Amino acid sequence: MLKVKTPKKGKARRELEKRAPKRVETGKKTLILHGTKTSGVLNSVLTQIYHLKKESAVRFSRKNGEVRPFESGGETALEFFSQKTDCSMFVFGSHSKKRPDNLVIGRTYDHHIYDLVEVGVENFKPMESFTYDKKLAPKAGSKPFIAFIGEGFDSSEELKHLKEVLLDLLRGEVIENLNLGGVDRAYVCTATSSNKVFLSHCALRLKKSGSIVPRMELVEVGPSMDLVVRRHRLPNEGLRKEAMKTAKDQTKKKVKNVSQDAIEGKIGKVYIPDQKVGETALPYKAKGVKRERREAKLKSGDDNEHASKKQKEDSE
Amino acid sequence: MEETTTQEALQIDLGNLMAFDPHHHFPSLPSSREELVKECLKRGAELVQAIADRLFNLPSTEDVDGPLVKLLPPVTRLPREKHLPKPKPPTKWELFAKAKGIKKRKKDKVAFDEQTGTWKHRYGYDHANDEDNVPIIDAKMTDEPGEDPFAKKRKDKKKRVEKQEKNRLQNLKQAAKVGALPSHVQLAATALPITGSQAVPKKVTKEELGNVAGMAATSTASGGKFDKKLPGEKPAKHKGKYRKFLPVVESKGSSQEKEQTEKVLNKLMSKNSHEILNVNKAITMYNVKKEKKWRNKQEKSSSSSTKLKPKKKLQKKPSNKGSSKKGKAK
Repeated sequence: MLKVKTPKKGKARRELEKRAPKRVETGKKTLILHGTKTSGVLNSVLTQIYHLKKESAVRFSRKNGEVRPFESGGETALEFFSQKTDCSMFVFGSHSKKRPDNLVIGRTYDHHIYDLVEVGVENFKPMESFTYDKKLAPKAGSKPFIAFIGEGFDSSEELKHLKEVLLDLLRGEVIENLNLGGVDRAYVCTATSSNKVFLSHCALRLKKSGSIVPRMELVEVGPSMDLVVRRHRLPNEGLRKEAMKTAKDQTKKKVKNVSQDAIEGKIGKVYIPDQKVGETALPYKAKGVKRERREAKLKSGDDNEHASKKQKEDSE
Repeated sequence: MEETTTQEALQIDLGNLMAFDPHHHFPSLPSSREELVKECLKRGAELVQAIADRLFNLPSTEDVDGPLVKLLPPVTRLPREKHLPKPKPPTKWELFAKAKGIKKRKKDKVAFDEQTGTWKHRYGYDHANDEDNVPIIDAKMTDEPGEDPFAKKRKDKKKRVEKQEKNRLQNLKQAAKVGALPSHVQLAATALPITGSQAVPKKVTKEELGNVAGMAATSTASGGKFDKKLPGEKPAKHKGKYRKFLPVVESKGSSQEKEQTEKVLNKLMSKNSHEILNVNKAITMYNVKKEKKWRNKQEKSSSSSTKLKPKKKLQKKPSNKGSSKKGKAK
């Protein structure tokens, strides 16, 4: 037998609705976690990635020994966490002799591993080591500019993959409207060799240029690091095809009382309620205009004068 | 919106504010780190400038917080995080209605109630033409004697509601099969589908079996004392309750049973021992006694009269009360 289970409170229902698949997705949440062993460098890398993505990230602070993304059976825990936290990207840090300062960036589709890129972190410079005018500091959650430089991103298979993952990780929320006064950060990714990428986070300084487009100046605010690609796993073709599907253009909802005309263009209908003349308040009420009097007069017109007089007497 | 600018081939995705320069390569890789960073930032600034050129030229609307720009949709294709929402499969009724060409018609929210002759809500509390709210049902020729028409009506309605609930569940199951269940609905299995509503029989453990066997073995008249043991049968593990009864007649001295009950009583008494002496009560009792004594003295000294009689009665009352209280306190 089956039982229908529905949330008892509106809050729970809304929370479930948020997790349901959507036609148009606006952004991915990132899960940040680490394995049994992490180095000091890696700890601060993970913390700073978390700070950069604070509005859409979940961070786990405990060791996760059973998470080994590249091994078979090691992804079950990860998929469970992805389900639990509703995150579809993850950044997993681990440190071993074979792979020091190891960072695995991956994505999930329907809470199953989609693809994986493993990078080593080198030459890490944390945010604190940069000195700059604090007025320039980027605001949390602002939409960043992203610049990819170098032919490596086009020629090398692994860097091509890393570029896509980094774009997904850094781009923030997909938005329709952008406030031009709010652009304040940029990520610069440069392919320095066939498997090495220099990643840097910069603040933007907008300067007057005489035209409507301001002159952009980059001020490095950190963190900055080198990412050396180690292993990577591309999604299989079927899954990729499935995941790349986009919603067809939504049929536009019909707007009531608005129509299009070839000659006149947009035509709108405006309904005006009845003008209730009788109920409108007059600024000045003369005795002669009063309704009762008017009606009385009409009545008296019907009867003769004598009768009305007599009535008056009777009533008195 | 992948376009090539005139001077350099740049890929710009305005929806993601992303620019990609696939042709840049360092003529000679800078030797020092600072130089490399400088070089990268310089090129990065150029790319950002290229995006900004495009961005700031988009038609903008003025807002209190600043100029708002309507961004183009992102061009770079990135995988979805979850599958596209699947369309809900038609319910059985919808299929039937389609085959028969039945169309949905809108009904008024209010309907005319013939009993009261007023307009009432069509559904809900106190609705129009409520069948359950009929005080009298006309008898028909087909009516069976000894049957309550009201009870029948209630039963029929309950059946209809149950049937609808069953249909709804069936449709939800169908939707769940396609993966198009509404986000707030979960179908939870209460029992295995094969057995229906029957619970799956629990497997009996070895220990439980042993206990039962023990019980059975000792439920003969002799308590299993003279039963024939089967070859290899072990003595019963648990022979029911272990209860002991004390001998009623004791040979000498105090009986054990008395001792036992006394022990329990003492325990109870000691628990409430601090409440035995009520200080306030004791003080009032003492005061009353004192007063009584004093009054008695006065009586003896003064000559007796008729007036004294009621007084005496008055004095007696508190003394009685005091004695009763004494008893309680003890």
